[in-house]
Amino acid sequence: MKLQTLTAVALSTALVSGSALADLVIPDLSYRTGPYAAGGTPFSDGFQDYLKMLNARDGGIGGEEIRILECETGYNTEKGVECYESTKGEGALIYQPLSTGITYQLIPKATADQIPLHTMGYGRTSASNGEVFNWVFNYPANYWDAAGVIVNYLLDENSGDLKDKDIALVYHNSAYGKEPIRTLEALAEIHGFNFKPIAVDHPGQEQKSQWLQIRRERPDYVLMWGWGVMNQVAIQEAANIGFPMENFIGNWWSGAEHDVTPAGAAANGYKSLNMNRIGDLPVFAEIKKHVHEEGNASGDGSNLGTVLYTRGMYAAMLAQEAIAKAQEIHGVADVTPVMVRDGMEALAISADRMTELGMENIGPEFSVSCEDHGGSGLGIVQQWDAGEGKWVALTDYIEPNDDVTGPLIDEDSAAFAKEAGITPGCYAG
Amino acid sequence: MSADFLYGIEVILNGLMAGVMYALVALGFVLIFKASGIFNFAQGVMALFAALTLVGIMEGQVPFSHLINEVFGTEVHHFGWHVPALLAIAITLFVMVAFAWAVQKFLFKHLVGQEPIILFMATIGLAYFLEGFGDLMWGSNIKTLNLGLPQGGSRVIEDMTAKLGGDDFYGFFIDKLDIVATGVAIVLVLSLICFSQFTKQGRAMRAVADDHQAALSVGISLNFIWVLVWSLAGLVALVAGVMWGAKSGVQFSLSLIALKALPVLMLGGFTSIPGAIVGGLIIGVGEKLFEYLIGPMVGGATENWFAYVLALAFLVFRPQGLFGEKIIERV
Repeated sequence: MKLQTLTAVALSTALVSGSALADLVIPDLSYRTGPYAAGGTPFSDGFQDYLKMLNARDGGIGGEEIRILECETGYNTEKGVECYESTKGEGALIYQPLSTGITYQLIPKATADQIPLHTMGYGRTSASNGEVFNWVFNYPANYWDAAGVIVNYLLDENSGDLKDKDIALVYHNSAYGKEPIRTLEALAEIHGFNFKPIAVDHPGQEQKSQWLQIRRERPDYVLMWGWGVMNQVAIQEAANIGFPMENFIGNWWSGAEHDVTPAGAAANGYKSLNMNRIGDLPVFAEIKKHVHEEGNASGDGSNLGTVLYTRGMYAAMLAQEAIAKAQEIHGVADVTPVMVRDGMEALAISADRMTELGMENIGPEFSVSCEDHGGSGLGIVQQWDAGEGKWVALTDYIEPNDDVTGPLIDEDSAAFAKEAGITPGCYAG
Repeated sequence: MSADFLYGIEVILNGLMAGVMYALVALGFVLIFKASGIFNFAQGVMALFAALTLVGIMEGQVPFSHLINEVFGTEVHHFGWHVPALLAIAITLFVMVAFAWAVQKFLFKHLVGQEPIILFMATIGLAYFLEGFGDLMWGSNIKTLNLGLPQGGSRVIEDMTAKLGGDDFYGFFIDKLDIVATGVAIVLVLSLICFSQFTKQGRAMRAVADDHQAALSVGISLNFIWVLVWSLAGLVALVAGVMWGAKSGVQFSLSLIALKALPVLMLGGFTSIPGAIVGGLIIGVGEKLFEYLIGPMVGGATENWFAYVLALAFLVFRPQGLFGEKIIERV
C-alpha cells in the first residue's frame, strides 16, 4: 500500500510540475510599494489584467496557459536584480523591468542567460541597435525618439522655426533623466534654439531653486524628464511661478493622471508625450468581463483605463504578440526564451491587428528587425484638461528625428560593443 | 539695485522659507532624542503615515479596504461621507497618540536599558513596519490634500517689490504656502516651548530629558512621558506631512523628507528645539545660495550634496552642533 501511495504521489507531482513547466512564464517586476508605487501600480495592474484576460478568455497564448510571476522591486535596482535572479529559473520567457536602472544591470545578465529584455520607452536607448544588443528590445520608442518628437511638435507649433527660442529641460539627475540631453543638444545646433538643462536631485521633493531659475530666465518652453514625486512637484512649482502650462511638456513618464491631479485646476493645459493612445478601448470591456467581474482584478481594479494602466496593458499585448509569433515560427506552443527572442525580432504590429485585439490605434504601426530593435519611435502629444479630469490627445503620431538619433545610436552602441567585446551581427543561434 | 543682487535676496528669502520646512521635520527628531536618547529613524515615515491618515479620514476611505475585500470578497472602498478638516485633524491626532502608546507598549518598553544603537535599529524596523502598515491601511496611490491651504506666489509681494529693480527684475517670488508654513512653525515652536516651560507634564518631560533616574526617583512615570513625547512627535509629523503633502500630494516619497532633516540636526544639534529652527534656516539659505551662485558652474543639483557638506563642516568644529549639549565623558 505504502509503495502504491508513494507512486501515486510521485505521479501526481510529476503531472503537476509537468503542467507547470509547460506554462508560459512571464515575470512582472512590479513596484507597488515605496516612493514610486503610484506609477508602478497602475502599470502592473494593466500588465497583469491583460494576461489574466488571455488566460480566462483564450486559455492563454496559442493554447498555453500564462503563469505570471510578480516580484516587487520597489523601483530599487538591487531588488530588481534579485527579482531577476530568483525568477529566471522558473522558465521566464521575457523580462520587462520598468526601470532604467534595473535595465542597465540586466543587459549583461539577460544576454548571458539568453533571455530577452523588453524595455518599452525606457532603458538604454542605443539598445535599439539589434546587431549589438541581440537580447534587448526597446520598441516602439525610446528616449531619444521622445526628444525628437517633442522638438518636431514645437517646430510645428512655431511654423518650422525655433531659432533663438529658449528651451529648458528639467530632468531627474540620474541616468534616465540625462538620456535626452545629447539628442536635444544636437537638435539645438540644427534648429538654432538655446538649450538649457536644469538638474533636479532625487527624489525631487524640493525644486524651489530650479523654478526660481526658470522664473528668472523665462524660457519659451520647459521640457521635463521626471518620474515619481518629481513630476507632481514640478507641475505645482510651474503653476506657482505662473509659467504657461501649455509651454510645459513632459515625456511619457511625466504624463499620467496622478502627476497632474495634486496641482488641481492649476495643472490645466500641461502637456506630455505618450507612446500609446488613451481612451475607451473595446479591450477594457473584455478585461472587465473576464477578469474584474470574476473578482480577479490586479490591485483594487480602480486603475482601468488610466494612462499607465493602458501602457502596462500595451506592454503585455506586445509580449503576447511576440510569443504568438515565436509559436508560429517554431511550430510549438511551449516556446523557450530563445524562441521568444526570435518572435520579438520578427514582430510586426499593424493597425488591423491592433483593431482585432480591441486596441485600435493604441500604438503606432511598427516592425522589428535584426538591425532595428527600436520600432518606429513615434509619439503623440496629449494635454491635461483639469475641468474634465482627463488627458486629451492633441496630435496624431509624430515622427522622431532618425537622421539625428541614428548616428548617436550607432556611436553609443559601437562604444558598448567595444567595451563588452561584442562583434556586431545578427543573432545566429 | 541690480537684478542679480535682488534675485540673490529672493534666493535668500526662499532659502529661509525652505529652511522652515526642513525644521518642521527636524523638530520631531529633536523631541524624541532629547527625552529618550533615541534617534528616531521613523520620523519621516510618521509624517507620511499622519498625512495618509488625515486624507483617508477626510475622504471617508475605508481603512484596510484592500485586505478586507481580499479576505471577505467584498467591494468596499469608501464610507460615502467626507469628514470636515478640523474633525479629521483631531481624529488623526488621536491615531498618532494611539500609535505612540503602541510603540511604547510593544517596542521600547522591552528595550529599556539597551544600547543606543539597538534603539536606533529598532526605529529602522519601525520605519519599515509603519510604511507597510500605511500602505495596507490606506493604499499606495497619490492622494490630494484638500485643506484649503493657499498655493502659488504672492501677487501682492511680487507687485510691491517689482519696482525695486529694472525691467529684468520681476519682483520677489514668495510662495503663499511657505508663508503659511512659517506661521505654523512659529506657533508650533512657541506652543512647544510654553508646554515644556509652564505645564506640569512639560516640566516632567524636561526632567526626564535631564536625568531619567532622578526623574524616576521623584515619581515621574517614564512610560507616560515617553508616550507623551512620541505623541508630540506625532503632532509635529502631522504638521510636516501636511505642509510637504500640500506641495506634492500625499505619497510614499514623503517618507524621504527625513533626509532633508539630517543635516539640519547635525548642524543645529540633536537636543535643541531652537537649534532645529536655526539649523533649518542655515541649511535652507546655504543650499539655495550655493545652487544660485555655484550650481550653474558645476551642472546644478547641488542642494542635497551641499547641505551635508555644510553639516559635516560644522561637525568638525562643533560635534554637538550649534545648540547641542556638549558631551563630556570622564575617563
